[in-house]
Amino acid sequence: MSQTRFRSSLLMAPALLWLTALMVVPCALVLALAFFRRGIYGGIDYTFTLENFGLVFNPLYAGIFLKSARIAGTATLIAVVVGYAAAYAIAAAPRRWQPVFLFFAVLPFWSNYLIRTYAWIVLLNREGLVTQLLRWFGYTGEPPSMLYTEGAVIAGLVYNYLPFVVLACYAPLSRLNPELAEASRDLGASAMTTFRRVILPLTVPGIAAGAVFVFVLSIGNFVTPALLGGGRFQMIGNLVYDQFLTANDWPFGAALAMALIAIMLLVLMAQALAADRAAGRAAQTTGGGDG
Amino acid sequence: MSEPRTLLAIDNVSKNFGRVRAVDGVSLDIRENEFFALLGPSGCGKTTLLRMLAGFETPSDGRILLDGKDIARTPPNKRPVNLMFQSYALFPHMSVRANVSYGLEMERLPAKEIRARVDAILATTELGPFADRKPEQLSGGQKQRVALARALVKRPRLLLLDEPLGALDKKLRGAMQLELKRLQHEVGITFVIVTHDQEESLVMADRMAVLKDGRLLQCDTPHAVYEHPADRFVADFIGVMNFVPGKAGRDGVVASNGTRIAGKVPDTLGSDTSAVASVRPERIRLFPSPETANRTTGTVEALAYQGLDLQLHIRTPLSPKPFLVRVTADAADRRPVSSGDEVELGWDAADVRIFKE
Repeated sequence: MSQTRFRSSLLMAPALLWLTALMVVPCALVLALAFFRRGIYGGIDYTFTLENFGLVFNPLYAGIFLKSARIAGTATLIAVVVGYAAAYAIAAAPRRWQPVFLFFAVLPFWSNYLIRTYAWIVLLNREGLVTQLLRWFGYTGEPPSMLYTEGAVIAGLVYNYLPFVVLACYAPLSRLNPELAEASRDLGASAMTTFRRVILPLTVPGIAAGAVFVFVLSIGNFVTPALLGGGRFQMIGNLVYDQFLTANDWPFGAALAMALIAIMLLVLMAQALAADRAAGRAAQTTGGGDG
Repeated sequence: MSEPRTLLAIDNVSKNFGRVRAVDGVSLDIRENEFFALLGPSGCGKTTLLRMLAGFETPSDGRILLDGKDIARTPPNKRPVNLMFQSYALFPHMSVRANVSYGLEMERLPAKEIRARVDAILATTELGPFADRKPEQLSGGQKQRVALARALVKRPRLLLLDEPLGALDKKLRGAMQLELKRLQHEVGITFVIVTHDQEESLVMADRMAVLKDGRLLQCDTPHAVYEHPADRFVADFIGVMNFVPGKAGRDGVVASNGTRIAGKVPDTLGSDTSAVASVRPERIRLFPSPETANRTTGTVEALAYQGLDLQLHIRTPLSPKPFLVRVTADAADRRPVSSGDEVELGWDAADVRIFKE
């Protein structure tokens, strides 16, 4: 027993060291930074203060948090609906075609994130592909302004994180016994009721995992809003970036980063708690054994 | 006794999957309140036929009449027919009670009536103490009863059971066979069971249909199918049968060594065509009286005690495979035989069935 424990801690050591050196220590440094003042010429004045955290709740910055949450939330909602539908279709396809469809769904992942995001600029700019396509269909008015809008940012986020949702939802959908849906139909349920009462509840864990992924990655994102939202479009990620690299206010940037991490942790913890409760409910009712 | 009413008429039904003809022109009548078995080896089309009765497949051809009304194209949720799945297909996220209530909720019955009917069926199937459990917390036999309760609570005109006992171990299976039969009697619902286990259908069914390659070979009572198989395949598939290959003669089959096996030759069998004479193991006697119509000698190759009776493998010059003979333990005690013994065996002409090879 103790030997296996020793062996397992030995196996875990490299990962733990890695995490400590590259995650915990830097995070602790950033956290510490948040409690100091900004120096007059941009450096750090090592006197303790809570001002930076106070500033986070300033309506100006709190507004950016809310906006980021709204954009991430919208992107998550769209990604979940589109991704679930795609995963459903793939899981319903003939078995031997499923890996092929999955491969295509995940294909964008194999190219660089920046290049993928630049591709959207090519699509959405005033004389871009979308405008040309509209012209081809006989549209003659002003080219629509799509790039550098909130919509473009959401589109970029959805596009980039959709594969996560497809994969996360495909797993439970493909494992679902097709006879469950048949049983529901056999017992008198319509196709819609079958989806609502049998298929959806059994695939919620996949949806939750995919949604958390999209939300957490979206709310802290700074590349997509910078490229597709234009220079003045700000999400928290951009704000943090600006504090560190433009405004040279590292302590405030650190406080913002900490607030962002806190939000992400809250979302992840909520998901873990919900999953735990679901598992606990199953475990609680177990134990009677056979009668 | 009045002629029993036909509940379900399968009228010349066929089903093609691409170029494969899974069910080929099957016509069957299933009567009110009967326990009917669809029997055949895997791939014979019995499951496809069952799925057409449930509404999961649409016949390529033919009609399915329930109470005289064609339901071949009625969706599964609109038919008074329920299916008990081979995998049971219990909803894993719902308790036993929720599983059983589901079908009644779909009928939009008042909550009070649902509760009463669910309680009643849970009592009948002895599931009351497990009402709040999830399927994963049940044993195989309990799951099977939940699947049954979930289908029965709907009070269908017809209950379909797809290999209902396949997942149970042998001992439990025997108990559940009788249990199913008792339940069917109690609820007064017509049962159609699909099985590949010929013993199961002999035990449970009032009538049975034997299918092969999508075609119906025979439909009759278990007794009639066992005693008067329609063809060589049925004779071989149901129970154990000894075959003697040869040529059809006037009143029997002439085996390759020249021995004539006396028996009634069907009119359809022309003289001198290839034929097999067959006889059940329990119809063969050791040390027959001299006036027995069919007699031969053989060497005992193996014996197996099976409680009440003794099974012997006897090598004879009549067929390449040894004869299987079943004698009662009683008879074996009176005149013991052992491996290597030369014995005489015989059977009556009335017990011989002759088929086209």
